[in-house]
Amino acid sequence: METVTLTIIKQPELYLEADCISPDVFAETTGEIADLPVYVGREQHRLGDFFEISGRAGTTPAGTKIIVKGDLSRVKYIGMKMTAGEVVIDGNADMYVGAWMQGGKITVNGDVDAFAGTGMKGGELRINGNAGNYLGSAYRGDWRGMTGGRIVVTGDAGSDLGTFMNGGEIVVGGNVDVHVATHAEGGTIIIKGDAKSRLGGQMVEGEIYVFGDIDVMMPGFAYRKDVDLEVDGAKGRFALYEGDLGERHRKRKGQMIYGKLYQLVRP
Amino acid sequence: MTEYLIKNGFVFDPVLGIRGDVTDIAIKGDKIVETDAVKNPRVIDATGKTVMAGGVDVHAHVAGPKVNIGRNFRPEDKLFNTRPGRGVERMQGGFSVPTTIRTGYNYARMGYTTVMEAAMPPLYARHTHEEMRDTPIIDQGAFPVFGNNWFVLEYLKNNEIDNAAAYIAWLLRATKGYAVKVVNPGGTEAWGWGLNCENVHDPVPYFDITPAQIVRGLIEANEYLGLPHSMHIHANNLGNPGNYTTTLDTFKLSEGVKPRGRFGRDQVMHHTHVQFHSYGGDSWGNMDSKADKIMDYVNSHDNITIDMGQVTLDETTTMTADGPFEHHLTELNHLKWANADVELETAAGVVPYVYSPNIKVCAIQWCIGLELALLAKDPMRVFMTTDHPNAGPFIRYPRIMKWLMSQEAREQQLDAFKHKDKVIDATHIAGIDRELDLYEIAQMTRAGSAKALGISDICGGLAPGLTADVAVFDFNPNEPYVPDDIEKAFGDAEHLFKTGVHVINGHEIVSNGNKRTLWVNARVHENPQVVRDVKEKFLRYYTVTLNNYEVHGHHYVPNPYVIEVDATQ
Repeated sequence: METVTLTIIKQPELYLEADCISPDVFAETTGEIADLPVYVGREQHRLGDFFEISGRAGTTPAGTKIIVKGDLSRVKYIGMKMTAGEVVIDGNADMYVGAWMQGGKITVNGDVDAFAGTGMKGGELRINGNAGNYLGSAYRGDWRGMTGGRIVVTGDAGSDLGTFMNGGEIVVGGNVDVHVATHAEGGTIIIKGDAKSRLGGQMVEGEIYVFGDIDVMMPGFAYRKDVDLEVDGAKGRFALYEGDLGERHRKRKGQMIYGKLYQLVRP
Repeated sequence: MTEYLIKNGFVFDPVLGIRGDVTDIAIKGDKIVETDAVKNPRVIDATGKTVMAGGVDVHAHVAGPKVNIGRNFRPEDKLFNTRPGRGVERMQGGFSVPTTIRTGYNYARMGYTTVMEAAMPPLYARHTHEEMRDTPIIDQGAFPVFGNNWFVLEYLKNNEIDNAAAYIAWLLRATKGYAVKVVNPGGTEAWGWGLNCENVHDPVPYFDITPAQIVRGLIEANEYLGLPHSMHIHANNLGNPGNYTTTLDTFKLSEGVKPRGRFGRDQVMHHTHVQFHSYGGDSWGNMDSKADKIMDYVNSHDNITIDMGQVTLDETTTMTADGPFEHHLTELNHLKWANADVELETAAGVVPYVYSPNIKVCAIQWCIGLELALLAKDPMRVFMTTDHPNAGPFIRYPRIMKWLMSQEAREQQLDAFKHKDKVIDATHIAGIDRELDLYEIAQMTRAGSAKALGISDICGGLAPGLTADVAVFDFNPNEPYVPDDIEKAFGDAEHLFKTGVHVINGHEIVSNGNKRTLWVNARVHENPQVVRDVKEKFLRYYTVTLNNYEVHGHHYVPNPYVIEVDATQ
């Protein structure tokens, strides 16, 4: 695997839109990586205007690793639409990290802002830090949210996690803000810490697991029973709630399928 | 005056009866002229290319509040398809509900120069005109909706055709409207009570009138005035299995009425997006095509015109003043739904929809639209539309041309359907080997639609004296071609002249044109009752005053083209 290392040397005046930082784009570039276009507002610049670039890309996305270093808190769209290969972000990144990614792996050693993993279809997005709002959600207006892949956040996540989620898995090590799995029709969300409120609003299918407290349960969820489960390597007894009872639900073998919300029962 | 001579092209023009002969077309100022009337023209070499008049779209939803609801509630429709400004082109975005700017440019790229906005809520006429004003290049008019309007329902309940006509004349002037549009007559008003009118004899709640009375009354009022266009209807029971009987019942309401006026049309009813109205069966499981029954009627009754409403198998945004239908649709596909009620006048709904080739019903819908056109005996009365964006975006017209002109292209699509055999069983398309030629396409997209709209003395053809709307396509009908060549060539005009202005040169948009707004000014005898009724209704019910209702002035209609009608004789 060939490695390209990008070190930010100049901060943009506004925000830098750099969807070219992806193994797919780097591997397909015949010219200089430094000449790839990036945008600040309505102005187009070169990637090389902001980053010191060393190493070289592989001939395929899968054979390409990108390491991005420095304060990237004004850099958007890192790893967007990538299908294979690896991206390591050493620092905090701005919005849309790994948005619409289909494969490969992104590791962020720092925090990410909102919309990380938007519309994600596959691959792995690991955030060793905190995530902002709309992690693994659908693009604004779209009803096709995350459909596959895995997102792991070691810290906290913001609000509107997994909106319109249809598949895949999101694991949050810490706490989450309001609105979890709104409109979800599939997928799994595991919250190791506490949740606030509005979990599973208009949820049709899918699963939410909460290890900590839930401030306010949605009135559209009903307690069914306690179940013993092993969730992400941890065994325990969970209270199962089903909902959202105000939504439509399909039947499978005569049984109505609901969204499932499990909360760890603590002695 | 600027002069152009478009030389040596293969010209297809039903108005002049030219079927692909090599002919020169001359332009002087804003008009087409005899070729010897130009002295020192700029010559456009059209050797080996196709020349047609600018296209005329009889029915599309391209401006106004419900289009804007579609834009607002579908940001994902603009995802990854925005384009910054470049040259004279301004910034563009959107696919099924494009920005006004992209709407104008994309029509121009297909060689279209006149587009009718098919449903304008009178109360939001100002908004509709502001959007049309901001749509470059193409001439536009808008049809105010009348079929659920309280004035109309009350006048027609008492069979007061003269009062209905006077009200229509007033509203066309107040809204700068073009024609009488009817959407789900009575049904949209019933939607205010959560009800619908599913056939022409269902009573409209509270108003004690039936859809049949509304339709018949509006046809008579339209002919009383002698308007350029006929009454333009989207009938009851749209989109439901078995609805073809409602459609035939609606067609029959036109029988015995003769067109009046000086505009040269032969029809008294235009029924729009008939694809959505040609279904047999009684459930989605056994729904089938009744396009044959529908076209038997249309072919044998020359006082009717129709348009296709062709499903293009895209993800799109449905929007209609048929409020109950949109609610029905959101219950089917569970996607987001917007609903709007427009006071005394109409309502509307908006729902995204994905016409998938893997879904049997969508594939049957695709077949039905094409069958309507392929079974047409007179292409001057059957027009190409997608009911944009309801059955698909208008940018697919060149693809529909491909399907109509090539059995091979149709078979390729049929083969791609997941439920091909079931689809063929439920439709007639597999037994139709007709391939339309470019002359027939020109009838369906230009000459015929212009005639039905009553503007054949303005556009739709290449006869000297008509407006210089001329398109040149990089397509040689005498050389061998594959079906996709049709789609490519007719989606990317090499030249386009709009009212004499060269707006596309070498496939590039080089001018934002001189867009005009067509509206109809009908003069009627003074009618004190209607004047009083309007004042009273505004005082009692409307949330705005008359002064905030009427469309006037340069701000809304900066470049009007007024068609005068004198109904006082």
